[in-house]
Amino acid sequence: MKYIDEFRDGDLARKLAADIRREARPEREYGLMEFCGGHTHAIFRYGIQGLLPDCVHMIHGPGCPVCVLPIGRVDNAIELARMPGVTLCCYGDMLRVPGSGRVSLLKAKADGADIRMVYSSADALKIAQENPERQVVFFAIGFETTTPPTAVVILQAETLGLNNFTVFSNHVLTPAAIGAIMQSGEARVDGVVGPAHVSTVIGSRPYEPFSAEYHMPVVIAGFEPLDMMQAILMLIRQINEGRAEVENEFTRAVTRDGNLKAQRMVDEVFELRDTFEWRGLGWVPDSALQIREKYAAFDAEKRFELTHASVADHQSCECSAIIRGVKNPLDCKLFGSVCTPDNPIGSCMVSSEGACAAYYTYGRYREAQKQDQT
Amino acid sequence: MCLAIPARVAELLENDLAVVDLGGVRKEISLALVDDVALGDYVIVHVGYAINRLDPEEAEKTLALFAEIAETLDSSPLTPHSSPI
Repeated sequence: MKYIDEFRDGDLARKLAADIRREARPEREYGLMEFCGGHTHAIFRYGIQGLLPDCVHMIHGPGCPVCVLPIGRVDNAIELARMPGVTLCCYGDMLRVPGSGRVSLLKAKADGADIRMVYSSADALKIAQENPERQVVFFAIGFETTTPPTAVVILQAETLGLNNFTVFSNHVLTPAAIGAIMQSGEARVDGVVGPAHVSTVIGSRPYEPFSAEYHMPVVIAGFEPLDMMQAILMLIRQINEGRAEVENEFTRAVTRDGNLKAQRMVDEVFELRDTFEWRGLGWVPDSALQIREKYAAFDAEKRFELTHASVADHQSCECSAIIRGVKNPLDCKLFGSVCTPDNPIGSCMVSSEGACAAYYTYGRYREAQKQDQT
Repeated sequence: MCLAIPARVAELLENDLAVVDLGGVRKEISLALVDDVALGDYVIVHVGYAINRLDPEEAEKTLALFAEIAETLDSSPLTPHSSPI
């Protein structure tokens, strides 16, 4: 397909790999964090790691919205779905995430709760319009790409005067999560591959403080393999030259200011939460959005008086450390044995963009072989 | 969740809706988040919404940069239909 196939050219990828090998200095290590789950997926799907020299390490960050949602919020969604008269709509990858006692939305659905998988927030709004006798709640998750569509349906629900549609907002912010990683200093990060589609919305400007404050090179990259490799090359060059700038490889979709219309709609409907709990990162100030008082009628947390409880992860599950970039999926003793995509224990195995699912699907044999050889 | 793809606007409909063509598959999406989209434009589609427009000139520039890399690294020309990795 146009604008996809051209960025998957195998010969060019090999040439870019040669360029990376030539420029990466073997005497030093390069820890590059790809923040977004889409990049994690691309790295494994196209075998990019295998094309890189040993001194370049990709570290998987907290950029998968399914992975970072803590168990307490999953429990809230299950609680909502089990309320009489409530229909809960959610994106498909949330269905299998285990909450407390390993109960997922899928299990709650099997037990009789009315839970609908939707492709779009617009589908949830339509279900509300078609079922006026039900209270329809949209379980909204995601970073800056899914937030504008949620804002659109709240504005539409207001225009339509719907009184049976609410949103359970779990929208989170990319710069806040990058900031939390930088601040903790736990993971050894020398450069960041900035998210593709999040950046189409927020632009490249929000990353500029990281470059300045933490002397951290950032390169925003598209999701195709050539984009990813070009961004890795650009990061290596910055590191070698001692530069720390925000560079944009994905100029075909990302500008410095991003999508201003989408930003305006989000700002109209949402405001910052003082703090929000993330799996792996704990409570992070100013890292998530809540619905403004003006649109309180569409806020499920207010209408159904939800309270959030912090729930500890499964004691053997390493999702938290993996999200922080401190551990690798193979460091988890549940990986590939108890925890598989068919039977996920932790969130990183549930979503196809989770680091564990990507390792399991594309990289588990190769990685295991590599470990045997060392 | 972040998986989104460039798609060509094949038909403009009322109420900020459009039909996009994804390599032969047609799907109705919302244009509520992007102004002034014209027929034939490429947009990035995510959870049923166009979240931004794709700039064809910038895409060509990136491809030209890759072509340059190919030339500087290897004097042998690339095959016109080299295999995707």
